[in-house]
Amino acid sequence: MNYIFYFLVIISIIAGAINGKLQDVVNAILTGADVSVKVAFSLIGIMAFWLGIMRIAEKSGIINFITKLLKPIAKYLFNEVPHDNKAIGDIAMCFSANALGLTNAATPIGLKAMEELQEVNKDKSTASNAMCMFLAMNTAGFQLVPATVIAVLVGIGYKNPTEIIMPTLIVTTTAFLGAIITAKIFQKLWSEQ
Amino acid sequence: MTFQNFINLISLWTLPIIILIILTVAVCKKVHVYEEFTEGAKDGFKVAINIIPYLVAIMVAISMLRASGLIDMCEHLMSGILNKLSIPADVIPLMIVRSLSGSAALGVFSDIANNFGPDSYATKLAALIVGSSETTFYVLAVYFGSVKISKVRYAMLTGIIADIIGIVAAIAVARMFFL
Repeated sequence: MNYIFYFLVIISIIAGAINGKLQDVVNAILTGADVSVKVAFSLIGIMAFWLGIMRIAEKSGIINFITKLLKPIAKYLFNEVPHDNKAIGDIAMCFSANALGLTNAATPIGLKAMEELQEVNKDKSTASNAMCMFLAMNTAGFQLVPATVIAVLVGIGYKNPTEIIMPTLIVTTTAFLGAIITAKIFQKLWSEQ
Repeated sequence: MTFQNFINLISLWTLPIIILIILTVAVCKKVHVYEEFTEGAKDGFKVAINIIPYLVAIMVAISMLRASGLIDMCEHLMSGILNKLSIPADVIPLMIVRSLSGSAALGVFSDIANNFGPDSYATKLAALIVGSSETTFYVLAVYFGSVKISKVRYAMLTGIIADIIGIVAAIAVARMFFL
């Protein structure tokens, strides 16, 4: 992350200077900082709501049930996590929320899963294989119905916007499987934690 | 009932049904739903505040990158190759932006949709790219930030490779379905 941050900032300043947009780059610091705090604050309410609901789901045994259901898959994908760990149930809930397009719910649930993965992590400042796998699957953004895209298409008078669902599903599944395979390969190649 | 109405119906009902099931199961099992809800919700504020420093770092860096004009430079470099694959030049910034910022990607997509209209190949390809993407940089910053992890190992590289796989798949599928 150190290099990525350094690289992004340095290259922006150099490119900004070359393009004569240095003033814009400087202004972007302020807007970026401003937007990030707004994003975090806008998360508070919905985060509280979903963490509350998830706590109920946990206490009533729903998370436990899902965890047991997914044991075989979880054993393969998250081989380092004890497979009765409730992180597995949370991860499953996170993906269901994502798949159904409930992005607002997916983030709080996903963060809760991260917290549980962190508990079984050996080195608290370094990402574990399970975390890398979880985020690889997450960044692939698996979604059954791309609701926002359909809304835009309806807005411009697209006659049959639902025809986009099937091709999107193929693309998102490919990316999703690609992410899992890539993470598995790196898990073997990359040095231990 | 058309297919589209059916989809709308599903998106309307998923959230209420999930909440209904969780609450009903909980009440049947004699869980104190109100106490447990508020107990869980307490953490909402903490988590949101925890991610601020990480969010600031990544979002400032990305907004600087977008302001620097580098993305336009990449666009020029790539347009030659992509023309041969019959990819409209206007879709190129979308491919770069979609990993960086969700709102920006949606903005670029709306722009393409409005300029090219509903029947164009550009709109359909752009819809595929946006519909199948997640903002990798944002997800990594927020998720790792919430548990204070700074050494991300191969997570970033995996995310970028997954994004590239997604774009290639989108181009291939769009050619199959819409060209």
